[in-house]
Amino acid sequence: MSLLSVHDLFVNYRTQGGPVPAVRGVDIEIGTGEVLGLAGESGCGKSTIAGALLRLLPTGTEVTGSILLNGEDVLGMRPGRLRAVRWTETSIVFQGAMHALNPVQRVGEQIEEAILIHHQAGEREAHVRVGGLLEQVGLPPRRIKDYPHELSGGQKQRVMIAMALACNPSLIIADEPTTALDVMVQAQVLKLLKELQRDLGLAMLFITHDLSVLIEVCDRLAIMYAGRIVEEGPAQSVFYESAHPYTRALADAFPAIGEGRFRKAPSGLPGDPPYPQDLPGGCTFHPRCPLAFEACPHIDPRLFDVGPGWRAACLLVDSAKPVLEAARTPGSGP
Amino acid sequence: MSTRRYLISKVLQAILTLAFVLAFNFFLFRAVGDPVTQLLRGHSGISAQAVLQLQRQLGLDLPLPQQFVHYVKETFEGHLGYSYFYNLPVSQVIAGRIWPTILLIGLSTLASTALGIWIGIRQGWRRGSKYDQGMLAFTLFTYSMPEFWFGLLIIMAFAVGVGPFPALFPTGGYETTGAGYTGMAHVVDVLNHMVLPFFVLTLSYLGEYSLIMRSSLLETLGEDFIITARAKGVRENRVLYGHAVPNALLPTMTVTILQLGFVLSGVITIELIFNWPGLGLLTATSVDARDFPVLQGLFLLFSASVIVANLVADLLYSYLDPRVRAA
Amino acid sequence: MRPRPTSTEPVATAPDVHIEVKEPPRTPKQIARARRKAAAKRVWREYRKNTMGMAGLIILGFFVFVAIFAPLLASSCGLDPTCPSTGPQLHAPSLKYPLGTDDLGRSVLTLTIWGTRISMIVGLVSTAITILIGVTIGLIAGYYGAWRETVLMRLTDWFLVIPFLPLAIVLATLLGPSFYTVIFVIAITSWPSAARVIRAQVLSLKTRPYVERARALGASDWHLVTRHILPNVGPLIFANTVLTVAVAILYESTLSFLGLGDPLHTSWGTILENSFGAGAPFAGNWWWVVPPGLAIVLVVLSFTMIGYALDDILNPKLRAR
Repeated sequence: MSLLSVHDLFVNYRTQGGPVPAVRGVDIEIGTGEVLGLAGESGCGKSTIAGALLRLLPTGTEVTGSILLNGEDVLGMRPGRLRAVRWTETSIVFQGAMHALNPVQRVGEQIEEAILIHHQAGEREAHVRVGGLLEQVGLPPRRIKDYPHELSGGQKQRVMIAMALACNPSLIIADEPTTALDVMVQAQVLKLLKELQRDLGLAMLFITHDLSVLIEVCDRLAIMYAGRIVEEGPAQSVFYESAHPYTRALADAFPAIGEGRFRKAPSGLPGDPPYPQDLPGGCTFHPRCPLAFEACPHIDPRLFDVGPGWRAACLLVDSAKPVLEAARTPGSGP
Repeated sequence: MSTRRYLISKVLQAILTLAFVLAFNFFLFRAVGDPVTQLLRGHSGISAQAVLQLQRQLGLDLPLPQQFVHYVKETFEGHLGYSYFYNLPVSQVIAGRIWPTILLIGLSTLASTALGIWIGIRQGWRRGSKYDQGMLAFTLFTYSMPEFWFGLLIIMAFAVGVGPFPALFPTGGYETTGAGYTGMAHVVDVLNHMVLPFFVLTLSYLGEYSLIMRSSLLETLGEDFIITARAKGVRENRVLYGHAVPNALLPTMTVTILQLGFVLSGVITIELIFNWPGLGLLTATSVDARDFPVLQGLFLLFSASVIVANLVADLLYSYLDPRVRAA
Repeated sequence: MRPRPTSTEPVATAPDVHIEVKEPPRTPKQIARARRKAAAKRVWREYRKNTMGMAGLIILGFFVFVAIFAPLLASSCGLDPTCPSTGPQLHAPSLKYPLGTDDLGRSVLTLTIWGTRISMIVGLVSTAITILIGVTIGLIAGYYGAWRETVLMRLTDWFLVIPFLPLAIVLATLLGPSFYTVIFVIAITSWPSAARVIRAQVLSLKTRPYVERARALGASDWHLVTRHILPNVGPLIFANTVLTVAVAILYESTLSFLGLGDPLHTSWGTILENSFGAGAPFAGNWWWVVPPGLAIVLVVLSFTMIGYALDDILNPKLRAR
């Protein structure tokens, strides 16, 4: 049994102009100790998934499908049970460099609060544990007494990580943990997360728009576009042999130095992602797709098998060939 | 900027503002007509010799800069002039009226801020609910109402007893004259007189505080750290009172103290209609009597208290908000 | 209480565009005028959907009507105690005197109708002066910056701190009670908040690319201010003005109630002062107290509602929420 099993997840935000579909039928499986990367442009629904997993979306948001956490259905939980599950089984590393910490509370208190409300320790013991947690993320324990504004962006992010570890969860959702940090600090935070994950055997859902970050930490990758997963598989395969034209474009947007295939100019993607209220028919990616052909505006592709544990939602993959091969003979699809 | 420098700059600003008010008061008095004529308006029976003496006493025979120095010195020594209406020094006239006003303003401000903040929290927490909408309408109404008119209505309803309303409270005053109550009985008597003006002032300003608290809370509830708190498994009630309210209270508190200027204005008419013997009633009667020295003294006192309140708000803010404390 | 415009249809800008295409404006002035006209139309279309704003407009319309046609609604003779139309003193409401009479036998309805004029005029004129001072100071401070800004903003802060009613009382007492004193006093005590709002807006406008471009092209300060800055602060000034009128009318009533109003002109505040002076509330003569106060509440409420509705529409930040 996998640790997290999401099946057929739909999320509709309620707005004045009617419901807005942000997530449209997503399946996710994460096993114990496994790291899944979830990538896509902003607005593709990846952060909505993070919110849906612990039911943190605004009231009135419509969430359907099933979310099983250790075999227990999150969507059916009573409020008390839900609160108990939050942070003890799954915690979230928010974009802490921004505003995820309460500005008028000492960071130590904020971490301690999580330990205390879940009755994991008494007050004195909790205090000691907070000091230990800070050391674990590479901060001196005296930082307990600091207010968030007294910390740098990277330090705040470390505090967020310490907070996420506070109740020994088995799954950590890292929602854009390195965004808004400068490059050097990004690398440090990433290294820290990777070490903690390995040492503690944590499962992790790593959400970001930066594919090059994911390739360093993830076992598997899932790529989202317009509320759906369009490609999913082993990280190396998805990144280096992308089956979906969108994945290819994303990967090319972050060229790695010294690799032959990046010598060519990175191919930027034309246009913007579609509005969730106004999705194009057929394959939602077709208006921006460099490889689109006649069938694309009419057929909404399901996920086709590309290889073992590797699937992509593109008509070009239907013939079980990687995109590049197919591209050489356009129209050789269905 | 260190905390100390922040504090010093705030104190300096307050002193500068106070200096401006002093100068303003000084020139106001001299710019509009002849001060002596102003002073003696309605007291025509005074001899030319007395006028001369008055001029010398006020230092009006000196050149302007020296007059100003004289005036500032006098003010700081507590000499605010002489009231011909009461035949007493202004400082004495004012001193005799200070406590009833402090009692009335103090209690009603406490009540209206506490109630207003509580209402604002409930409104913000359940935005768009029937309660929220009803309170918004009520707020707009009290905002549009002149306090004194509301006071007159309350007097007619609960002190005079028009129509079906019961006359429950005295129409005005501070205590029952001639009753000679002492001890507890006296306290009860004063409180009984204070019920209606207290109620009117509280209700008149409550809406403004609730409106500020509501919008401040709405802003705070949209912040990321609220989601963090929820994700940690914090109860909704604690999300509100442990995380959102402490943050939302900070701006509300500052604005509340800045409102003091408006409360002072309200207290003038309310004390007048309830015949409450405080500084407000003194202002109203001094207007009628054209008692300039008292009016000027009051103006100075009111301005100074607002400036001091501003300073206190700044200092309190810097103490309560860790961000300002360090900034 | 503040219902959003519930438009599900996308805001239809198409007709305006169409009009512009049909008659292409030739000079930049015409283009600007056409654009402004279209913007005003758009605002009005949104405004019409705002329940609160429309309610405010209807109430205000009623009082404006009363103020303009006061002579037709009630003979001005009714204001004079020696007028033959006066009736018994302190008479409760009856068919002949729907709102009763005061201690001189004058009809309270007549007084309230004529009071509308004075209260509205004082409110509007003092607001006009307030805005004029506020805009001038805000513009100069925001546009020129440097020492001018420091001096003017310091001055503004000082005036903001001084409690307005005590200051107004001192001024009005010194100047003597008159129509003009009241207007002057209200204006002199209420300009600072307008100045601050305008300055903030000018500061943000000043750095907009089109203003900087015009400056780079050698436009004079006068041109920049009158052609680029002022037209863009316009909507803000408008919303601010409407809210200021509400406050000014309240101030007028308070000053008049304290006996600082013009003794020769009847405003709502003076009616209340007279009734209080004659002991009407204590004698239970409610008909003399309720109508003028209610009129104040309704007019102030209408201006406030219109102001909020405008703010809602003109301030896109609020709308997005």
